[in-house]
Amino acid sequence: MTTQYYVPERSYWPILASIGLFLMALGAGTLINGLQQDGSNHGKWLLLTGAALMACIVFAWFRNVVRESRAGLYSAQMDRSFRWGMSWFIFSEVMFFAAFFGALFYIRVFAVPWLGGEGDRGSSNLLWQGFTAEWPLLQNPDSELFPGPSAVISPWGVPLINTLLLLTSSVTLTIAHKGLKTGSRATVKLWLALTILLGIVFLGFQAEEYIVAYTELDLTLKSGIYGATFFILTGFHGLHVTLGTVMLIVILLRVLKGHFDAEQHFGFEAVSWYWHFVDVVWVGLFLFVYIL
Amino acid sequence: MRLSTAAFLVAGVCISQGAAAEWQLNLAPGATEISRSIYDLHMLIFYICVAIGVVVFGIMLWSIVHHRKSKGAQAAHFHENTLVEIIWTLIPFAILIAMALPASKTLIEMYDKRDGEVTIQITGYQWKWRYQYLNEDIDFFSSLSTPRAQINNEEDKGEHYLLEVDNPLVIPTGTKVRFLLTANDVIHSWWVPALAVKKDAIPGFINEAWAEVSDPGTYRGQCAELCGKDHGFMPIVVEALPADQYQQWLADAKAAKAADAAAADQELSLEQLMSRGEAVYNSQCAACHQANGSGIPGAFPALAGSPLIVDNRAAHLDIVINGKPGTAMQAFGKQLNAVDLAAVITYERNAWGNDLGDSVQPREIKALQP
Amino acid sequence: MLTQAVAHEHHHGPPPGLMRWVLTTNHKDIGTLYLVFSLVMFLTGGCMALVIRAELFQPGLQLVQPEFFNQMTTMHGLIMVFGAVMPAFVGLANWMIPMMVGAPDMALPRMNNWSFWILPFAFAMMLATLFMEGGAPNFGWTFYAPLSTTYAPPSVTFFIFAVHMMGISSIMGAINIIATILNLRAPGMTMMKLPLFAWTWLITAFLLIAVMPVLAGVVTMMLMDIHFGTSFFNAAGGGDPVLFQHIFWFFGHPEVYIMILPAFGIISHIIPTFARKRLFGYPSMVYATASIAFLSFIVWAHHMFTVGMPLAGELFFMFSTMLIAVPTGVKVFNWVATMYRGSMTFETPMLFALAFVVLFTIGGFSGLMLAIAPVDFQYHDTYFVVAHFHYVLVPGAIFSIMAATYYWLPKWTGNYYNEYLGKWHFWLSFVGVNITFFPMHFIGLAGMPRRIPDYALQFADFNMVASIGAFLFGLSQLLFVYNIIQCVRGGYGADSRVWEGAEGLEWTLPSPAPYHSFTTPPDLREQGGEH
Ligand code: HEA
Ligand code: HEA
Ligand code: HEC
Ligand code: CUA
Ligand SMILES: [Cu+2]
Repeated sequence: MTTQYYVPERSYWPILASIGLFLMALGAGTLINGLQQDGSNHGKWLLLTGAALMACIVFAWFRNVVRESRAGLYSAQMDRSFRWGMSWFIFSEVMFFAAFFGALFYIRVFAVPWLGGEGDRGSSNLLWQGFTAEWPLLQNPDSELFPGPSAVISPWGVPLINTLLLLTSSVTLTIAHKGLKTGSRATVKLWLALTILLGIVFLGFQAEEYIVAYTELDLTLKSGIYGATFFILTGFHGLHVTLGTVMLIVILLRVLKGHFDAEQHFGFEAVSWYWHFVDVVWVGLFLFVYIL
Repeated sequence: MRLSTAAFLVAGVCISQGAAAEWQLNLAPGATEISRSIYDLHMLIFYICVAIGVVVFGIMLWSIVHHRKSKGAQAAHFHENTLVEIIWTLIPFAILIAMALPASKTLIEMYDKRDGEVTIQITGYQWKWRYQYLNEDIDFFSSLSTPRAQINNEEDKGEHYLLEVDNPLVIPTGTKVRFLLTANDVIHSWWVPALAVKKDAIPGFINEAWAEVSDPGTYRGQCAELCGKDHGFMPIVVEALPADQYQQWLADAKAAKAADAAAADQELSLEQLMSRGEAVYNSQCAACHQANGSGIPGAFPALAGSPLIVDNRAAHLDIVINGKPGTAMQAFGKQLNAVDLAAVITYERNAWGNDLGDSVQPREIKALQP
Repeated sequence: MLTQAVAHEHHHGPPPGLMRWVLTTNHKDIGTLYLVFSLVMFLTGGCMALVIRAELFQPGLQLVQPEFFNQMTTMHGLIMVFGAVMPAFVGLANWMIPMMVGAPDMALPRMNNWSFWILPFAFAMMLATLFMEGGAPNFGWTFYAPLSTTYAPPSVTFFIFAVHMMGISSIMGAINIIATILNLRAPGMTMMKLPLFAWTWLITAFLLIAVMPVLAGVVTMMLMDIHFGTSFFNAAGGGDPVLFQHIFWFFGHPEVYIMILPAFGIISHIIPTFARKRLFGYPSMVYATASIAFLSFIVWAHHMFTVGMPLAGELFFMFSTMLIAVPTGVKVFNWVATMYRGSMTFETPMLFALAFVVLFTIGGFSGLMLAIAPVDFQYHDTYFVVAHFHYVLVPGAIFSIMAATYYWLPKWTGNYYNEYLGKWHFWLSFVGVNITFFPMHFIGLAGMPRRIPDYALQFADFNMVASIGAFLFGLSQLLFVYNIIQCVRGGYGADSRVWEGAEGLEWTLPSPAPYHSFTTPPDLREQGGEH
């Protein structure tokens, strides 16, 4: 069982990554606070420096890990540690989305009906006379402060296509994984590339959807709680798809460089777990944000 | 440990004897039926906890005294006993059920939603309360009346330091009074211990609570939810009057309101406006903008030398009357009468070196008031 | 048996100099960093508490203005919770868990370093808000919207990003601990032989991973409401300020158990050691911890009894909260049963552990009183609540950390601390804590709301007592600091077992423990069950 341990040398990456993160936070804070006073400030430079630093470190750190792994320094036990790490990381992401889904459910089941005069705290409607609770909210309680959207996005157009795209991409990724396990590298390259393509097309459609929402439907962050929940859920999902796509690209490049074999390919698997997770979140979105 | 057990017991004794009002240690039974059943519940759980504490800490103390190495105690070897474990899971469970039953009963009584005979809408503002008697056309604000000098230790503190207001809420006794609670800006919480009512006032929503006071008297409370800088300075005073006196109060309040409305048509001199304005400013505005108009940087703008006041009379009138939504600056057009508004605006235009020399008349305000 | 890497690069001890600490991947170094950081934060947060107590010494405003008072209350709560207690437990976990489970180090050592080094930056940013225009966050550590959104000072943006950074740090720290416990156990160490500190931390880590992202989510919504025009917490756009509270407390309640479960673990080590008797009811301790963790997810709204929930909600949250007394009671009874017919001695760690059992239980009792919804209408947001949570946090969490420090210091440094000073520290702390926080029950019941800089005259006497106690308690912590420094610098050497009754793998290593704990995993398969 457990007989071998690999303990890495001292490392510069963590402290640099902390500084990078700090600069990003400081920069983002300064920048955002500056937006309100419409003054120019150094926020964006701090943010860019931090982000650039982070990008370099992520690259260097992972290169370091990849090299150690390829040098055979990692035991099966180390591999298990990575697996636990990745699984729990994904669980934390699940909980992050859970917060937003929870907000959506609470709003729809409790807050909006109360404001509309139904249920236990229905007397709240005294303050918003004329407001009726009807989801999706096209008319907000205070329609001067928060003018509602003129319409919302139908699930059966672009969102349906996007659902099919993502579901397909999970399948193509699984085929690529099978290919890796059976040692057929051509299969891996083809299906992995296809997965990436599907991811990019998805993002393209989503961008298109956002443009329509903003320019034609007046569905924006500012259009009340429907817009707020819509954009926070789909927006964070979109960010995760973007990140997932970037990671798939990295994996593809590594495959092209000849990394991974039938037994040892945790990098590939971790990214595919992530991708499936993003896919599952989308199914939740499609159901609760678009359809219901 | 001995010390704290002792402290706990001593405390128990003190509390059960219901120490003097001035040096109060415990909940007071209060002035409503609900508040008294809450008090009973409180004492019940308290005694149960003390009893459990005596047993648990007693055994512990006994072990500490007798099973110490210095007394030559040899350690036993047992470390498991399923039966004991089951017993000490089930007994607490049973005790909890015994507590939960009366608690649920009281809670259900409190949630009785039937209409009251008097309904009052209570709105929390930073940092005062507004009381609107629905169906009665009575609507007034109630804010702290303790002088600043007492707070700043420049004067001796009065008997009801921080628990006194300019206009108390007046309710009839022996009647179910229903409160509709909401807030204008942030969350406040309306709490009068003797009525056993503590309910959050949440902007945009209405919460309901009710009380049926048995004894006439003055009951004091405070805002119980952190609501910004002067959270500690927004007390509540409830005056419970017998039904006939309550009716009299209603009639007086309505007459006073009519008199106020008539005053709004007079023309006032700059001096009159300034002296009244200073008083209004100090009671309504100084909490945020400070008595010398300097504001608090980053939170409340300075009014002394404010470009908005100096350069743009219309904008000045507008922000005071209509406020600025989404900021702490409230719409005072709905809170103050035309005379007070004219006075305070005039005051702001001429105090602290603003020296604009113009005055604003109540008539001008009335045209702008919503 | 070892890989080349370990054999070659890590034979010799740590490299000298400052960079040892900055670049380290060693669990002991990182543990030390966490512990020192936590001590600094405890002193900082404590000084803020002293500002609060000094202002409340007498009625009237004397030292600080209300706006600054609110900033002190907020920062005190945030710093104690996120800066003092949580990092202290992570530091203890870093030091002890690899030694307890027979591992050379944590599972993911580089990430371990990153988890730590994010913290000083996060707290630097948070403390910097004190010097910004409009001042630091002033809306309480629970930062209820809309006071923390629409009505907040501009520094709230930095506060939000600081919380994000702390979240990242905690999640990575927790992942590391889980991976270490699940994956790096020595052969033969089955889950039911796992030392309780590791067990309680495993469950705590799970709680952390489950709720820190939720906190990140809710502060993100705040950021959107403040700067990007959304209306999550604004009824005018269809949102609800109470939504904020539900999400916050979904995080916040498990958070308070995050601050107590590792303490339960520590106490479950110390009492058997000094009673020289095996822990009573090991399996039930594990199940009780797991039950508390499970229940912690379904009780959150007991902080919100007065927001106007429907009756069914009030009843549900009242019952589920009361239930927590059952598994917690099991723990208390097990500790008492461990002492019963033991052979006790009373060194400093034991004194702190005993005080923990009693004072935590008192805090638990007041918790139970708060759980009774109708009565909570009278207690809520008064000093009774302040008394409750300081009883579970100060003589609870903080005492357990102090107990752990005294208990393991000889193992860490190879030297015994000064027992005489340790006892003085204990008795002064014990008396100080009770003088500070016990009277708060009375003023709370008498009707004093929390978070106020000035109060009515009938609360004056007990506030004065509490303030005196706070200074006594605070100053006695200087003894603690002095004792630790002296112990690190040298002293009377400890053998590997350190305490006569100590059991477990960590005591098989020499004192001070070698730089890499178990380079060859100990094999427990032959031995009988430890528990
Ligand atoms: C370490 C932290 C910690 C711990 C362990 C606890 C433990 C408990 N807490 Fe506490 N709590 C806080 C930290 C903690 N709390 C904080 C920080 C706040 C305030 C937050 C804020 O608003 O700022 C708070 C607030 C708080 C409230 C909200 C009060 C209000 O704002 O109105 C409530 C209400 O139910 C509550 C209940 C409980 C209960 C039932 C327990 C239980 O777990 C206690 C269980 C223990 C026992 C009961 C004792 C031992 C048991 C026995 C000996 C068995 C037999 C006993 C019986 C059958 C009675 N807590
Ligand atoms: C683990 C958490 C923790 C700890 C340890 C403490 C410790 C203390 N707390 Fe804490 N407290 C909270 C968590 C904690 N608190 C929380 C969550 C709140 C709620 C905040 C809110 O309402 O939002 C709160 C609120 C709170 C209040 C209520 C404020 C209000 O409602 O307005 C008060 C008032 O007395 C108080 C007092 C104290 C005191 C006297 C201590 C003492 O135990 C502190 C003792 C320590 C010291 C005094 C430091 C000692 C050091 C020195 C003296 C040396 C100095 C030397 C150098 C700097 C080198 N606290
Ligand atoms: C609860 C706090 C509060 C109170 C009470 C208050 N104000 Fe204000 N006031 C504000 C805030 C906050 C602003 C800034 C609004 C903004 O963001 O533009 C403001 C802005 C103003 C301005 C515009 C100043 C400028 O330079 O932009 C005037 C004039 C003003 N208030 C007058 C008054 C008067 C008159 C009263 C009392 C009758 C009063 N305020 C009471 C909080 C308050
Ligand atoms: Cu209003 Cu506190
Ligand atoms: Cu809780």
